[in-house]
This record gives sequence, C-alpha cells and structure tokens, in this order.
Amino acid sequence: MAEAHPVGFQWVMEAKRRGAKVFHVDPRFTRTSAVADTYLPIRAGTDIALLGGVVNHILTHELDFREYVLAYTNAATIVSERFADTEDGDGFFSGFDPETNSYVQDSWQYEGHEDDSGSGHTADERDSAAGMRHESHGAQVAGQVRRDETLRHPRCVYQILKRHFARYTPEMVERVCGIDREKFLELARAWTENSGRERTGCLIYSVGWTQHSVGVQYIRTGAIIQLLLGNVGRPGGGVLALRGHASIQGSTDIPTLFNLLPGYLPMPHHADHPTFDEWVDSIRHPGQKGFWGNARAYAASLLKAYWGDAATPENDFCYGYLPRMTGDHGTYQQVLNMIDGKVKGYFLLGQNPAVGSAHGRAQRLGMANLDWLVVRDLFMIESATFWRNGPEVATGEIVPTECRTEVFFLPAASHVEKEGTFTQTQRLLQWREKAVDPPGDARSELWFFYHLGRRLREKLADSAHPRDRALRDLAWDYPTHGPHAEPRAEAVLREINGYEVATGRPLSTFAEARDDGSTAVGCWIYAGVYADGVNQAARRKSRHEQDWVAAEWGWAWPANRRTLYNRASADPEGRPWSERKRYVWWDPEKAEWTGYDVPDFEKTKPPTYRPPEGAAGPEGIAGDDPFVMQGDGKGWLYAPSGVLDGPLPTHYEPAESPVRNPLYRQQANPTRKVYAHPVNSVNPSPPQEHSQVFPYVFTVSRLTEHHTAGGMSRTVRPLAELQPEMFVEVSPELAAEVGLAQLGWAHLVSGRAVIEARVLVTDRLTPLRVDGRVIHQVWLPYHFGFQGLVTGDSANDLFGITLDPNVLIQESKIGTCDVRPGRRPTGPALLDLVADYQRRAGIVAGRPGPAVTPGAPPPTRAADPTGSDPTRADGTGTDHGDREGRDAS
Amino acid sequence: MGLRTFIEGWPVYRQLTGSDPLGRGAAAQSARSAELTARTETADGVARSVCPYCAVGCGQRVFHADNTVTQIEGDPDSPISRGRLCPKGSASKSLVTSPLRQTTVRYRRPYATEWEDLDLDVAVDMIADRIIAARAQTWEDSDSEGRPLNRTLGISSLGGATLDNEENYLIKKLFTAMGALQIENQARI
Repeated sequence: MAEAHPVGFQWVMEAKRRGAKVFHVDPRFTRTSAVADTYLPIRAGTDIALLGGVVNHILTHELDFREYVLAYTNAATIVSERFADTEDGDGFFSGFDPETNSYVQDSWQYEGHEDDSGSGHTADERDSAAGMRHESHGAQVAGQVRRDETLRHPRCVYQILKRHFARYTPEMVERVCGIDREKFLELARAWTENSGRERTGCLIYSVGWTQHSVGVQYIRTGAIIQLLLGNVGRPGGGVLALRGHASIQGSTDIPTLFNLLPGYLPMPHHADHPTFDEWVDSIRHPGQKGFWGNARAYAASLLKAYWGDAATPENDFCYGYLPRMTGDHGTYQQVLNMIDGKVKGYFLLGQNPAVGSAHGRAQRLGMANLDWLVVRDLFMIESATFWRNGPEVATGEIVPTECRTEVFFLPAASHVEKEGTFTQTQRLLQWREKAVDPPGDARSELWFFYHLGRRLREKLADSAHPRDRALRDLAWDYPTHGPHAEPRAEAVLREINGYEVATGRPLSTFAEARDDGSTAVGCWIYAGVYADGVNQAARRKSRHEQDWVAAEWGWAWPANRRTLYNRASADPEGRPWSERKRYVWWDPEKAEWTGYDVPDFEKTKPPTYRPPEGAAGPEGIAGDDPFVMQGDGKGWLYAPSGVLDGPLPTHYEPAESPVRNPLYRQQANPTRKVYAHPVNSVNPSPPQEHSQVFPYVFTVSRLTEHHTAGGMSRTVRPLAELQPEMFVEVSPELAAEVGLAQLGWAHLVSGRAVIEARVLVTDRLTPLRVDGRVIHQVWLPYHFGFQGLVTGDSANDLFGITLDPNVLIQESKIGTCDVRPGRRPTGPALLDLVADYQRRAGIVAGRPGPAVTPGAPPPTRAADPTGSDPTRADGTGTDHGDREGRDAS
Repeated sequence: MGLRTFIEGWPVYRQLTGSDPLGRGAAAQSARSAELTARTETADGVARSVCPYCAVGCGQRVFHADNTVTQIEGDPDSPISRGRLCPKGSASKSLVTSPLRQTTVRYRRPYATEWEDLDLDVAVDMIADRIIAARAQTWEDSDSEGRPLNRTLGISSLGGATLDNEENYLIKKLFTAMGALQIENQARI
C-alpha cells in the first residue's frame, strides 16, 4: 500500500500512531513492510490457506463475535443434506459437472430451497462473468430458511465452516504458505484480539488479489473472517480494495464492460432473457426480499434514458434494441478472435494492452490482424506502434509491409483539460473543474463519442435497416459549448442521476425511479448525485469545517453513504455495540435511525420490526437484518449461490505452480476459465510431468514511481528518471544458484516468451521452505515497454491466459519460469529458445492441460435429487500424503 | 550602507533578534527571494481537481495562467489526502505539460511503414464510415432459433478506468445502441 497507494497509506500510519498493529503479507518486502509491525513473506498464490488458517483459529478457539455472528450472518442457517464439502470430495464440492468443469449449485442451497434458489448450472454464468453483478447486491434467497440458534446442528453454516477449515492449522499454513507458524499465530491473535464490541480490525487488499484463478475466493475468505469478527458495517472495519486507476470504480459502476449495464444490471443473454419481463424477473426474483425487488424501475428508467421518447411501456422501453450475449465476450476472448480474423475494428481508450494485459504477444498479434484500430491516448503508446516497433517485428512475426491494420491515433485531453467526475476506490465521486483547453487536436472522450454518435446518426438518418433503428432512436441530444462544441459534462451527469421525464426535475434518490416510463435514470445507484439540481460531487467543504466522516466532500453512492451496511454498527436492538465504536444507531424518541453517516437502512423501520408472512422486497427485511441487499438480510459466511467455484473458499494451487497441492488431490481450481487456442499455453504443474523445466515462481507489481503500463509515467521526465530501467529482484540465494551478478543481466523464460532485465540482488525476496523443499520467488515491475523515455521488456509477456471463473480476470500475479544469466537472444533465435523450452516441457500449443487433475477423478455429478451424494461414499481424500508425482522436481 | 544596516541585514542577527529563531522564514530571506512571487500567486485561476493516477482520489489544485498549467499542488482541504501527493501525483504537471504528448492526429495506412498526418474532422468521419461497414459485414440479427441478437462481434473497445463517469456513460450508451457488445476496460484486468 505504501508503494502503490502512498497517500492512502497515511491513514494506516495514523492508525499505527494510535496503537493499531500493522501486519503486511506480501511475497516481497516493500516500503509497507518496512513500517509494519510484522511482515509475513508468503508464497504467492496461497492466501486462502493463510486466511483459512485464521478462520480455523477463530472457530477452534470460539473467538468469533458471537452476538454479531448469530444475529447478522447466516451462521445458524441449515444447509441442504445434499451438500458435500471439498474435504470429503478431495477438492471438489458436490455438483461438479466434468463435462463443462463447472458446478450445478442445487446441492449448495439452504435446506428446503434446493429447487427454488441458486442459479442452477453455472457454465453460462462463467462465460458472462455473472459474479460481477453482485458488486451492488447479493444473490437471491426465496422465502424463509431453517435456523439453529445454538449453532450445533451438523449442517448449520457454522459447523460446515468449522469442518471445512479444520485442516487449515498453523502447521498446514506453514507447509503451504511458507509462513512460520509462530508468525502466523501472531497475526491470528492480533486480528482476533482487535475485534469485538470495543474494537474493530480492517482488512486492506490491493487488486493483485483479484488477479488469480481463485481471486474472488481470496476476497471471500477475507470477508468470512471480517464477518466472524464483527468487522463489517462498523467504523475501522471492512474489507477495503485499493484499486489502481482514477475512476476504475466508476467504469465498473457505469460499466464499459461487456456483461453489464449501468448499476450492475446484467446485459441480456439471448437464451435466458428473451423478453423484458424475463430479463427484469431474473434480476429482481419476484418474492425476493431486499431492495433489489425494485429492479423493474431501474431497468425501465435506464432504457428510458437510452431511448427517450421512443421508449414506452407498450414497446417494453425498446428492450429489443439491446445486444444479446451468447457466451464469453471478454477482452481475452476478443483478442483470440482478433488473431483468428473475426474482429474488424478495435478502440483503445486510455488503455495499453500491448504492455498491460497478460500474454503481450497475443495482444500484439491480435492488433496486427485488424481492419482498423483507433487509439485515443495522451502519448504514443506501444499499442499504437506495435506494427513498427514491437518485439514481433524483431522476430519477424510482424512485418510492417505485410501488416494490414489501419491505425488512427487521436490525441486525448488530460484530466485538467476537461470537467467531469472520477469515482475513487471507496465509491466517492469527485467533480473536477477544467483548468485549461486541450492542446492541438486533443479532445475529451466526451467530445469524441458525442460527435462520433452524432455523425453516425446523420449518416444513418435515412437507413431502412432494422439494425440502425437503435442508433436512430437514441436519445443523443446534449448541449455543447466552446469553439469545439464540447458537450456539457453536467448535462450527462444529470442524466446519470436521473430525472422526471415530464418536468425534468432531477431525482433525489433511486427510490423515486418508476417502471412506467415517467423517469429516466442513466445509473440508478448514482441517483442523488445531482439531487435538487446541484452537482453534489463538486462539494468541497474543507475537512477542517466538518466531522471525520466528511459527508460534504464529494458524493458517495449509494445515497452519499460512506460505510455500507452500517446498520451493523448497532446491536440488534439498535444500540451502538460500544461507545467507542458508535456510528449509526436507533433513536427511540424520534423513532428513526441516526448517526454520523447516512443510515444504510429504512430510516423509520424499528429494530423490532418483523416482516409479515410472505413479505417481499424491502418489506421482507427485518429490523435487525443489516445486509439489506442480500436475499435473507444476512452477511454470508457461506454463499449458497452467486459464487461459481464454491460456496466456501478452498485452497487450490495457481494454474502454474512448482508445488503439488498439499491439501487436495485436485491441484488447481477445477472451474478456472482456460482457452484452448494455439497462441495460449500453460506451463506444466505437478503432478504433470516436466514442471521442473520452469522451477521458479515469478510475481509482478507496481513501483511507486510508475503507473500501470507506463503510458502516464515512462513518458514523464521526473518519473522516468526515478525508475529508469526494467529490473528483476532476486534473493542472494537464487542469485548464487543461477549465477546472477548484481546489476548484471538475467533473462526469464516461460512457455510464452523470454524477457530480459537488469538484476537486483536483494534480501527483499527470501527463499521459502514449502512442504519440505525450497521455493524461490522473483519479482518484476510490469510497467515497461518499448515506447517512452525509458524502455524495457514487458513482464506481462511471460503470462499465459487463465481466468478466474467468476469475473474472467486473468491470473497475472503468479506464473512459473526459468531464470538464466545474461541477455536474451534476439531475432529468430529468441523464438527458438522459447520453442526449445516448450518442447522440453511437453507444451502443445492450444492444449492447456486438464482442468481436473489426473488421479483426482471428480465425483460424479450430484445434481440428481433422488440419489445420495456419491462423493461422500467413495472414500476419496483419505490419504493426502500419498500422491503420485507429488515431488515432481 | 552603514554598519548598522549591514549588521541588521545579516541573517544570523535577524535570526537571534527577530521573530524567526529557527531561521526558516523571514530571517533567511535575501533581497532576491523577497522579490520572488510564487507561481500560485500570479495564476489566473485555480481549478479544484483530482489526481489522475491511482484510485485513492487525492485532491489537486491546478494553477493556470494564459491557458497553461503553471503548478499542481495537493489540496489541503481534502479529507482523503490532506494536501499530500505521491511522486506520481506530484509529477502531474510534468504529465500534462510533457513535450512528448501527442497533440496531432496520426494515421497509418494498411501496409505502410510510416505515420502520416490527418485532419481530425476527416479522421472522425473515416472512423464513422468504418463502424458502419464493420456492422454491415458482421451484423447478427438473430440466433439459429430466431431469438434476437441485435449485435456485431466485429467491433471491440478497451479502456475506461482512466476516464470520467460521464465519458464512460456516453461510450456505453453509444456502443450499446450500435450493437457493439465487446466493450471492456481495466476492471477486467
């Protein structure tokens, strides 16, 4: 955090000054480690084992915040008797379908809900990254659930959790993660001791956590700990994601993503959502409790904002105009389609995939096979010049005179040359004023897309093609100003906020959205940012003139709420858990919720409220159910649906690992998304043969002085001067083993590429003893490329493409490689070297290796409600110490 | 200059006798530094802004004169950053005023080995024509069972996390209306 988010880190230092203990877990010793109380070096890719160890510590010693856990989580809920755990299935939950390598979730459901909850088969959801829908709300639960308030029922969530993590002992943490058991216990003790009624503990992760084939489950494990300890919805608690771009939260809320529409409404699927009603019902689930019950109003109001007068209740608000998903249309699938010649044109808007995305060579080969490419950026980035300067030109794979891609480079306006809002990592919108005009041809995206749309509509004004109607009917009338006819950003913000169609009055809250066409709302979760016609995101009341919550600085979604689910900061009766941790509470005299923050609860619903039988929507949420966006109002220790690779997190090894999974015969996440494309490959891992060809683990992250793919930092003199060269950090032990000299050269080889870097020998990296052997890890910055003031080989070239099944994010925080002294070969000899490694490792292009580990036959599908679960009876998982090929090296 | 004036002008004397015993303010000032004026004072205006790098959202004050950025400083009012900026945020002025910034349209024809210049208006028009052609070539009305698809898989877009919400909104709206489904950004990586 001190490296990549230094100014945010000042608050960690403030907390430390007030007595907080700071623990830092990272494969590499960084500036954060330097000021932490305790630093724990970890083997990359083993966080679930570490955090699972903490869960086990809590449950073994009954250190959970019992009142909170009983009242606010699903710990007491009884799960179906058809559910079988990975502990009984040697790495598989019940319901695994080996034909699609995905789960049928029926057996994961709460008892009595096997057939009416969950999403059934998850293969389609994986393709559409459906897990992302839950960024604003949980998955559904219908009706009432069975509970055991004593937590003794063998199938209550609490007991399932206890059994699931029972083997995640300090000894196992040491064996899997390479973390000394005493250091682990120091962490576990500090975390539990700093949680409860009087104290809260905070978990901060940077989004490297998401870049794993089990990334979502990493975060789930953190959330389980925080729920068990009562650290959610309370001040000083939470699971905080440190995201890496100025408005990456905004571009997820108002998504430039294939599978979502604004406000986490799903993009329709051709088979699942043929009509508007079916689409809406798939979101709101009639009979469902919680605030998602109003989804029809959000959906209708979005379409009204898109198609204006043309959108009416009679034509389902032009629902038919929306494009339909049929499967995976994510960025990696797109790139493979580009290589196969299926994509004509490509826009790059401030993103530089030639450097910043996994498998850089695949990215560049894809871009070299387009009809046309539009690059909009501040600087001449690698993704604009790959056809003349890229590494494939040197190897002869791209020949400029044979490369057909037509390239348009359009200069973009910088953040000071336009006005608009960024949404930062805690959902806070901040308006930026414009300082100066953009230079020359530089324009904002607002300008480019408004005028592109205007021109398209002019050209198609007389078109009779049905496909052009959605463009012709589009509500595309924004006021402009200035010599370049720049659209007014505030007019767009007003549309995002939403307004009453008849009067133009901006909405104050999303509760005012209607499903009859009388309101238009561009992004329902942002409703209120333009309340009363005032740009609330532009508020800049000084921190000296308001309290520590600073509610009048910018505007946070939803409803300017700074801490989500803050009803949980009070006890079930509505009283603060403690005076120290007072935040939001029930005022019995005024009969309303009050506090420092905007209460995340219906303002006048008393703690004693109990829903009438069969109540749906917000009415179905009891007065002591803080998690109002969840179907049962509870925080989910166990997720019966919504997460595609399991209701509980389980340790799997990364897709590329030198280590055999010490916990299960199944080696890696069996549901991970793999692409069998000739350009893609995965280095072998045990128990596959030849994993020793790539004996070392590499991981990547950011330098303080550079930003992502370097387009905004390797082009800036002071920053280029501070970090002028690509380098690799290696431990003294590895340097001795391989023969690397300080400040000399090394090259790293994977099944995809070979890159070179200067050597930095440092004890910031330390060899770890894992399962009886020594594992070396090396670290690389991923900022370098071949354009800019300072250049170097790109670390992301080393990675193949393997994705998390929930959100289709690639595993790019860990891979395996070989490390060799000296510079890499150049020209065709470079390709020969990679080919030689592929041959030695037995890599066959386009055959990424089996998802189900050989020797770990998956349990047969357990979806048959009449049969017993075969995973329980077949005796798998009895002997974890006797595995074929465990010591592959 | 008399002796008294000379002594009184001596920084150590001023430090010992004046209101600046630590010698970090008035006592250390020379005649030359007394005449200097901060760029922030001569600015035409100051824009309240936000750092463009990571997602912490540090407040920036952007000072400008004659349509040029003259200084970018941390905003001390911000409850997020309290006036601080990291090395990248502190380099924002160098970012926006960098001589390496590309300020004109560049165009590379198929199979060409060099860039050419192109008029911005012409470029936007050419791009619009290519979108229309790509849609015509790759449009899918419906699937094999006659269910609507209304889309093209012939157009892709990547990027958005460095852009404004208002920009992402227009991008998504326009691409959705043109049936272009394959829209992605940094949140996927």
